Amino acid sequence: MSQQKQNAVLELRNVTKTYRVKQGLFGKARPLTAVNDVSLSLPRGEVLGLVGESGCGKSTLAKILLGLEMPSSGQVLVDGQEIGAQDRLSLARRIQPIFQDPYSSLNPRKSIFDIVSLPLRVHGVGQQADWDREVRKILDIVGLPARVMNTYPSQMSGGQRQRVAIARALIMKPEIVICDEPTSALDVSVQSQILNLLGDLRREFGLTYLFISHDLAVVEHLATRVAVMYLGRIVEEADVAGLFDAARHPYTQALLKSVLTPEPGLGVPDTQLGMAYPNPIDPPSGCHFHPRCPMMTEHCRKVAPRSLPTPQGRVECHLFDPESPMTKAEVA
Amino acid sequence: MALTESTDPLLQEITGPTPGQMLRKRVFGHQGLLFGGIVLGILLLVAIFAPLLAPHDPYAQSLMTRMEPPVFLGGTWEHPLGTDHLGRDYLSRLIYGARVSLMIGVIAALISGVIGTAMGVAAGYFGGRVDMVVTFLINVRLAMPVVLVALAVVAILGGSLQVVIVVLGLLLWDRFAVVMRASTLQVRGREYVAAARAIGASTPRVILSEIMPNIANNLIVVVTLEMAHAILLEAALSFLGLGVQPPTPSWGLMVSEGKNMMLFEPWLVLIPGAVLFLLVLAINLMGDGLRDVTAPDNRS
Ligand SMILES: Nc1ncnc2c1ncn2[C@@H]1O[C@H](COP(=O)(O)OP(=O)(O)OP(=O)(O)O)[C@@H](O)[C@H]1O
Ligand SMILES: [Mg+2]
Repeated sequence: MSQQKQNAVLELRNVTKTYRVKQGLFGKARPLTAVNDVSLSLPRGEVLGLVGESGCGKSTLAKILLGLEMPSSGQVLVDGQEIGAQDRLSLARRIQPIFQDPYSSLNPRKSIFDIVSLPLRVHGVGQQADWDREVRKILDIVGLPARVMNTYPSQMSGGQRQRVAIARALIMKPEIVICDEPTSALDVSVQSQILNLLGDLRREFGLTYLFISHDLAVVEHLATRVAVMYLGRIVEEADVAGLFDAARHPYTQALLKSVLTPEPGLGVPDTQLGMAYPNPIDPPSGCHFHPRCPMMTEHCRKVAPRSLPTPQGRVECHLFDPESPMTKAEVA
Repeated sequence: MALTESTDPLLQEITGPTPGQMLRKRVFGHQGLLFGGIVLGILLLVAIFAPLLAPHDPYAQSLMTRMEPPVFLGGTWEHPLGTDHLGRDYLSRLIYGARVSLMIGVIAALISGVIGTAMGVAAGYFGGRVDMVVTFLINVRLAMPVVLVALAVVAILGGSLQVVIVVLGLLLWDRFAVVMRASTLQVRGREYVAAARAIGASTPRVILSEIMPNIANNLIVVVTLEMAHAILLEAALSFLGLGVQPPTPSWGLMVSEGKNMMLFEPWLVLIPGAVLFLLVLAINLMGDGLRDVTAPDNRS
């Protein structure tokens, strides 16, 4: 663990993001904690999968890492340096995003050349001739013919657009790529192509990924470690084998079960947890997961669980806390 | 380059039309837009080449030939649209009047467009306090009746072409601000804006090169609306005697000067009224057409 920490390219320390949300015209602004005390570390060359249901705060976390949102508290360190202390341009060279919706992530008024060469132009790298060469090179790498340079996003399919978005993210050779559900807006047939491309690129360029998804099957395919998020908190973290073989948290178990049902990997998985996802403005007391938890006890309703180390990572659940009264009762 | 092979070689051909081609096709398929564009184009040419087109000096009075009727009411070809109460050639005044109307429309829309767009885009992009201030200013502006304020200002400063243009320019920015604020809010949340910011693009660059091209269609529509608005307001002010001052040929002024004779010589009012109507109709048709033509593009 300490060795991992040492060469972590990306580290989050107790990062919290609170939005103030106004309800109604004259309603008072209420806090909405989208990301709640998240600590993660991402070693170089690894792929950390971040899974959780819609609205649990995955994209908010991604935006904080990209410097698009400021955390309300906590620190984000890139190569041991805090994000706020780095200037935007040098941060942009290190971390690049690939977004979910390739129909929204490419400016419809710009040609593919303009879109892919934007990082070069913003960072003032080279001249017109160099941009042309670089764009051809990166388009070739992501598997697009050079003639797409003069076309517009509206002329392309979803898979082709996502390749353009990948080309734009990689043209400056970043170290870390934040993939925010890069395949969930694509046809199933194209999803695996893009996933394979991302896997190949990682090996080729030694990239580090934070791979966000609500689909555990996709994460299993690509990730080396997995963090499970629920209502802004990381409730379980483990390496891939550990998580898929021995999921501890009841929420992780429910997510895994939803992958095993014969539902195609489209849309939000049915967790079979019955109850609706709670409103993040009014999170449940104690353990946030207790209203949907099949193993809920009185204790869960009152006390929030603490983070406990496991052989492969950590988990936040009273079931695994030797101090908690419910495990004592069970043992007794 | 081994990666190229590992990706799908069966990438489908990219054959669809470019946005430019699609736009051209839609423009030429839209009748309202074509009609409005052609009428506006003709009026613009008339205004620019007024000295070449006008058969007479628009200021030359001739008390011997006052209120001659137009050709179609039994007049002569010497004055195809007749003469006014001072014997000035009505067609020539009409042609020079196009200059006044279009100049006021274009410059007032330009001034208010710059003010309103700057405010609206700033409010939509930055949100928070900036948005609060801009929204407050919009509300203040909306609480002021345009005609009354313009009347008061012109009454104090005296009417002239310049004063009318500046007053209208400073009054008509509210719709620009409202529409640009809403459009910016909408576009700001798109992922390509987040991507540009994550690339490290500066705020001016994000606004000018990522946001503006995607809200320009709405801007053009408001420009046409406000042009028509300014032209009508100028006519109204001139009609009330507080706009462009005589002897400048302005269509509103021509209606005003003709109104005393309306019962006996109705064409004195109808002719400038009709061209005013035609100009405003053409501008509005063009605005509607531009909205129709550019909107589907935005959906993708
Ligand atoms: N700018 C904002 N202002 C207020 N609340 C916000 C804002 N952005 C996000 N939220 C709230 O924060 C929570 C987390 O949102 P986020 O987009 O991070 O979820 P997500 O996990 O990415 O979901 P999805 O899978 O749907 O993309 C949601 O409840 C959302 O309503
Ligand atoms: Mg999201």
